[in-house]
Amino acid sequence: MADPMKIRAQIKGDVCEVRVLMSHPMETGQRKDADGKTVPAHHIQTLTVALNGKTVVSGQTGGSVSRNPVFGFKVKGAKAGDKVAVSWVDNKGDKRTDETTVA
Amino acid sequence: MDLLRRTVLKGAGASGVLAGLLAAGVLKPTLAYANDWNKAAFEAKDPDGALKALGAEGAAANNALVMKAPEIAENGAVVPIDVTSNIPNTTSIAILVLKNPFPLSSQFEFASGAVGDVSVRLKVAETSIIRAVAKADGKVYSAQKEVKVTVGGCGG
Repeated sequence: MADPMKIRAQIKGDVCEVRVLMSHPMETGQRKDADGKTVPAHHIQTLTVALNGKTVVSGQTGGSVSRNPVFGFKVKGAKAGDKVAVSWVDNKGDKRTDETTVA
Repeated sequence: MDLLRRTVLKGAGASGVLAGLLAAGVLKPTLAYANDWNKAAFEAKDPDGALKALGAEGAAANNALVMKAPEIAENGAVVPIDVTSNIPNTTSIAILVLKNPFPLSSQFEFASGAVGDVSVRLKVAETSIIRAVAKADGKVYSAQKEVKVTVGGCGG
């Protein structure tokens, strides 16, 4: 199981800004290690952001997203105290879901 | 003969266990596969192929789609990209790094209240044009910007 995500959801004006920091190696499958062996691909493939249980953003990512990826989204109609849940699944089937409340 | 029978029985046993797990709700197929990874698009080696697999060909450049990217990236492993779509009813945004081995980096779909706005950090292998492609009301729009990379983001 990967490390927890850091999620921040803040209301700015009429939108809620959601920023997520995920902890993931995001190996592309192109890189070679010191012995010249290819490091197998290991990256997040899908992610979803849900507001009070309703999916607002669903994303797909390849290996060219940076290590420990950071994503930022904006959602309208969120109120303070609403629950924001973010989850991801990687190409090895590993997954993680974390939740925070809108500040 | 015997060997075949054994494998058949084994297979049946394994799928029985799987069915049990499904029933218990340990594996949730709808949840796990609701958002299927578009393998064809992400493994396409040229931008056109990736866009075709996404069903987003023939994008027209549009000023309402705004991309923020650094002009020069000192570290190609972490290049912050910000895409904002001011086009109403934007349903999805895809970001491609045209010269990467696999150009498509990420794709996002927006629903129920999410604004067509996304920021990511990407790996950029070499100086390349970064293109954002947005879909709104069935039409496809694009915006692009060149990022110069001094140290590549892939390989070591």
